[in-house]
Amino acid sequence: MTVLAAVLTQAPAVPTDVVGTGEAVTFWVLGPLALAAALAMVLARSAVHSALWLVLTMLCLGALYMAQQAPFLGFVQIIVYTGAIMMLFLFVLMLVGRDRSDSVVEVLRGQRVAGLLAGVGLAALLVGAVGRSLTDVAPVGLLAQNTTGGGNTANIGRSLFTDYLLPFELTSALLITAAVGGMVLAFSSSDRAKRSTQRERVETRIRGERMSPLPGPGVLATANSVATPALLPDGTVAPESLSDIIESTTRESLDADVPSVSGAAHQADTYALRGPEAAADESGGPVSRPAGEDDSQR
Amino acid sequence: MSPTYYLLLSALLFSIGAVGVLVRRNAVVVFMCIELMLNAVNLTLVTFARINGTLDGQIMAFFVMVVAAAEVVVGLAIIMSIFKTRRSASVDDANLLKY
Repeated sequence: MTVLAAVLTQAPAVPTDVVGTGEAVTFWVLGPLALAAALAMVLARSAVHSALWLVLTMLCLGALYMAQQAPFLGFVQIIVYTGAIMMLFLFVLMLVGRDRSDSVVEVLRGQRVAGLLAGVGLAALLVGAVGRSLTDVAPVGLLAQNTTGGGNTANIGRSLFTDYLLPFELTSALLITAAVGGMVLAFSSSDRAKRSTQRERVETRIRGERMSPLPGPGVLATANSVATPALLPDGTVAPESLSDIIESTTRESLDADVPSVSGAAHQADTYALRGPEAAADESGGPVSRPAGEDDSQR
Repeated sequence: MSPTYYLLLSALLFSIGAVGVLVRRNAVVVFMCIELMLNAVNLTLVTFARINGTLDGQIMAFFVMVVAAAEVVVGLAIIMSIFKTRRSASVDDANLLKY
């Protein structure tokens, strides 16, 4: 750390930059806010809340960049990080399912406590080293870079396309690779499974055997009683619909039910569509209910 | 007040991000903690640029942002494909290499 301090103090000896009161106020407002938001991000139960707290931290950091004479980077932080990357995070959270909270099962015993202790140790180490070695650093400041030659953004651009041209080109290769990698990884092979196209479905429906959908079960039935067996299209009784009890009874005891089952004794449509009065008028007397049929079955 | 306080703030943010990576189980939240660590390093770079009086630190922070964007794309795609096959975003469930 003394080496680091020596390197830092090797910088041009005329400090032209002083941290003013306004910047100090900005720092002491936004710094603790960023810290609190970062802590809340780690402690939040819902992943969506974590993302929103991280957005707050990044906004505070962007404002601090601007206070630190890096206006271009501050705006890039706000636009790219909070605007694009965090929204990508939120998209993925909504896709993955936002209600999936952390599991409380510890796979490695004591791992959380150990992680917490390691983090506290790291913080103590970093804060102690940085705080003790860089106490009396006088910043040179970026006044010259930010006022001459077109300002901060123009100077960054000039430096990017001259001194840092090779890393810049490598960055383009990295971005292309990342885009292709994202597409390859996010592509699921189940999309390639055989599915009938819309044209095939239309042709099945129009050129096929039947144009209308099949009727639902029970549409053509006149009763839902167990005593009433299902009728086949030609009017005969379907043998599969007969229950064992009916099978065990004698044929003679069922003779009285045969007319109602076959529809010969009672016109259900007449009764249902026109009401009891019309049915009574038609039959010339009070409505005679078929045997074996009561109101609960209608 | 000296710019050292910015470095202290970024050290604390980095530590919080590291603790989050170690403690949290949701893969997306772990990823967000990594983003927080990258941001803390960016703050350090910007502060050093100011202390040294050159723009190199800001350009490095810019490159860090680009790399972070690429990393987010690939990482979230990996999380999505793991979620598609295992129906879970927890890092504990992605233990296929264990057996």
